[in-house]
Amino acid sequence: MAEVLVYVDHVDGAVRKPTLELLTLARRIGDPVAVALGNGAGETASVLAEHGAVKVYTHEAAEYADYLVVPKVDALQAAVTAVSPAAVLVPSSAEGKEIAARLALRIKSGIITDAVDLEAGENGPVATQSVFAASFTTKTRVSTGTPVITVKPNSAAVEAAAAAGAVEALTVSFSQAATGTKVTSRTPRESTGRPELTEAAIVVSGGRGVNGAENFAVIEALADSLGAAVGASRAAVDAGWYPHSNQVGQTGKSVSPQLYIANGISGAIQHRAGMQTSKTIVAVNKDAEAPIFDLVDYGVVGDLFDVVPQLTEEVKTRKG
Amino acid sequence: MSLRIVVTVKYVPDATGDRHFADDLTVDRDDVDGLLSELDEYAVEQALQISENSDDDVEITVLTVGPEDAKDALRKALSMGADKAIHVEDDDLHGTDAMGTSLVLAKAIEKAGFDLVVSGMASTDGTAGIVPALVAERLGVPQVTLLSQVAVEGGAVTGRRDGDTASEQLQAALPAVVSVTDQSGEARYPSFKGIMAAKKKPVESWDLSDLGIEAEEVGLEGAWTTVEAAAERPARTAGTIVKDEGEGGKQLAEYLAGQKFI
Repeated sequence: MAEVLVYVDHVDGAVRKPTLELLTLARRIGDPVAVALGNGAGETASVLAEHGAVKVYTHEAAEYADYLVVPKVDALQAAVTAVSPAAVLVPSSAEGKEIAARLALRIKSGIITDAVDLEAGENGPVATQSVFAASFTTKTRVSTGTPVITVKPNSAAVEAAAAAGAVEALTVSFSQAATGTKVTSRTPRESTGRPELTEAAIVVSGGRGVNGAENFAVIEALADSLGAAVGASRAAVDAGWYPHSNQVGQTGKSVSPQLYIANGISGAIQHRAGMQTSKTIVAVNKDAEAPIFDLVDYGVVGDLFDVVPQLTEEVKTRKG
Repeated sequence: MSLRIVVTVKYVPDATGDRHFADDLTVDRDDVDGLLSELDEYAVEQALQISENSDDDVEITVLTVGPEDAKDALRKALSMGADKAIHVEDDDLHGTDAMGTSLVLAKAIEKAGFDLVVSGMASTDGTAGIVPALVAERLGVPQVTLLSQVAVEGGAVTGRRDGDTASEQLQAALPAVVSVTDQSGEARYPSFKGIMAAKKKPVESWDLSDLGIEAEEVGLEGAWTTVEAAAERPARTAGTIVKDEGEGGKQLAEYLAGQKFI
C-alpha cells in the first residue's frame, strides 16, 4: 500500500491529539509514516505505533526550536524525498498550515487546508472543507503533485491500531533559509489544567453577556464540571475579560467540538465562523431574538447567571 | 535611509452578506458586496505605525490582486494613510488559488521593490492564512508571521507570535515578510482629510504580462487543486428552545444527559 506521511505535532515528546486523529485518517488512504522533529522526537514512537504508524522518522536538532517554521519544512521535504508518499497530512494549526504550504510549493503540489474529513478517491484523496462560516461544504482534491492536506482537530475519532512503528533517523540538511527567523525567547503558555481549546471535545464559551472578567468564573465552573475547554467571543476578549488565546471566531480559533455551549453570546457571523461545525450546539441567552438560537440544538432563553450555575450543580450531582 | 513597505490586501465578499459559489465553483463575487478584508486593515495599521515610529524615509505601497472592484480595497488603505497603490488585474486571474495568488504577489512585490512586506494573518473569505508564508518562500526572505506586536529597527524586524503552547519573540533581518493578527492594534478610521487625499494618490494597474507570468500559471486552469463539489449546508433543523422559568439549568442538564454528554 502507498505510504502517507503524517507530520507529528508534539510537545517535548508528548504527541498532541490531532496527530492521532491524522493517523486514523491516513489509514483510509495508505500506510501512515510519521515524521517527528525536535526535542523528544524519539519518545513519540510508541504512541504513534499504537495508532497505526508503520514507520516513525525522527530527527532532533536545535534548529527546530531556535528558528521559525523553515527547518521543519526542510525536514518534511527530506521525508517526502525518502518515501515518495501518496499524500502528506499535517495538523491544521497556524504553524502546521505554514509548514504544509511551504512544503507544497517546494514539491510543486497543491495544498488543501482545514479539511474536516478525508476519503480515498479515484484521483487521489478527497478532502471535505467547511467554508463561508460553515454555510457551505466543499469536496476538493489536489490535481497537481503529491496532495498536501492540513486537517482540523476533531475531524476524526482517534482509533488505536497496532503497527510496527519502526524508528528510523531522518537525514536532514537545512536550507539557507532555515535560520532566517530566529526565536529569541519562548514563554510557555501557563497551563490552566483544562483541555486545549481546539482539541477539546466540549467547549463552554462566554460572551458580552458575561459582563466582566470576574464573572468568567461562572463559565469556568461549568467547563470544569464537564471537563471542557473555555472559549470567549471577540466582544469578551476585546473588553479584556478573557485572553485572546481563548477567542473563538473568524479572527480567533476555529473549534469543532462534540458539544459547544455558548453563554451570553449573540452569535454574530464572526463568532459563527469559528464554531458552526460543532456537532451539538447549545446556547443560553437572555435575548430570545439572538441569532445564536438559529443554530442551536437546544437553547435556553434566560439569564446565564441563573441558568449556568444551576446547570453546573446538576452536572456535578449527576456525575456524583 | 529609506524603508519600502508593501502591504498586501484583499478585496473580499462581505461576510455578513449571503456568500456563495458561482457555477464554475469559484467564489461568486457578483452577488455580494465586497470590501477590504478586515484582517488586512490591521496590516495597513501596522505599516503606518512602523512608518510613524521610524526616523527613516518610509514609503507604503498597498498591493492587491483582484477584479476591477478591488480598487475599493486600495482606496480604503490609501485613505487610512498609505502612499500609493498597485492593482494587479487580469481576466486570466479568475479562479486563481492560493499558490497562484502567492506567485502574482511575489512577482509584483519584486517589481515594486521592497524592504518589508506586511500582510493580514488571513483573508476573511478563504481564511487559510498560508499566503504570507508562501510569499516568503517565493521571495526567499524570512517569514515573521502571526505577530501580535511588531517593530522595525536597525534593519531588523522583531515581533511576538502567540502560539497554541507558547509565546515566541521573533527576529529577522530585512527584507522580510510579516503577517499580523487582530491583536496587533486597532485599525484607524480614515479621516475626511485622508479620504480626500486618497483620491489624488497614484494607483498603478499591472496585468500578467507586466509581471512576466503566463496565463496558464494562474486562474482556474493553473490551480493545483480542484473543487469537485460545493453544497450549501442543509439548514439546521429547528432546535428546542425553552424559556427559563427557574428550571432552565436543570432542563438543559436533562438534555445533555439525554445526548450522553453527562
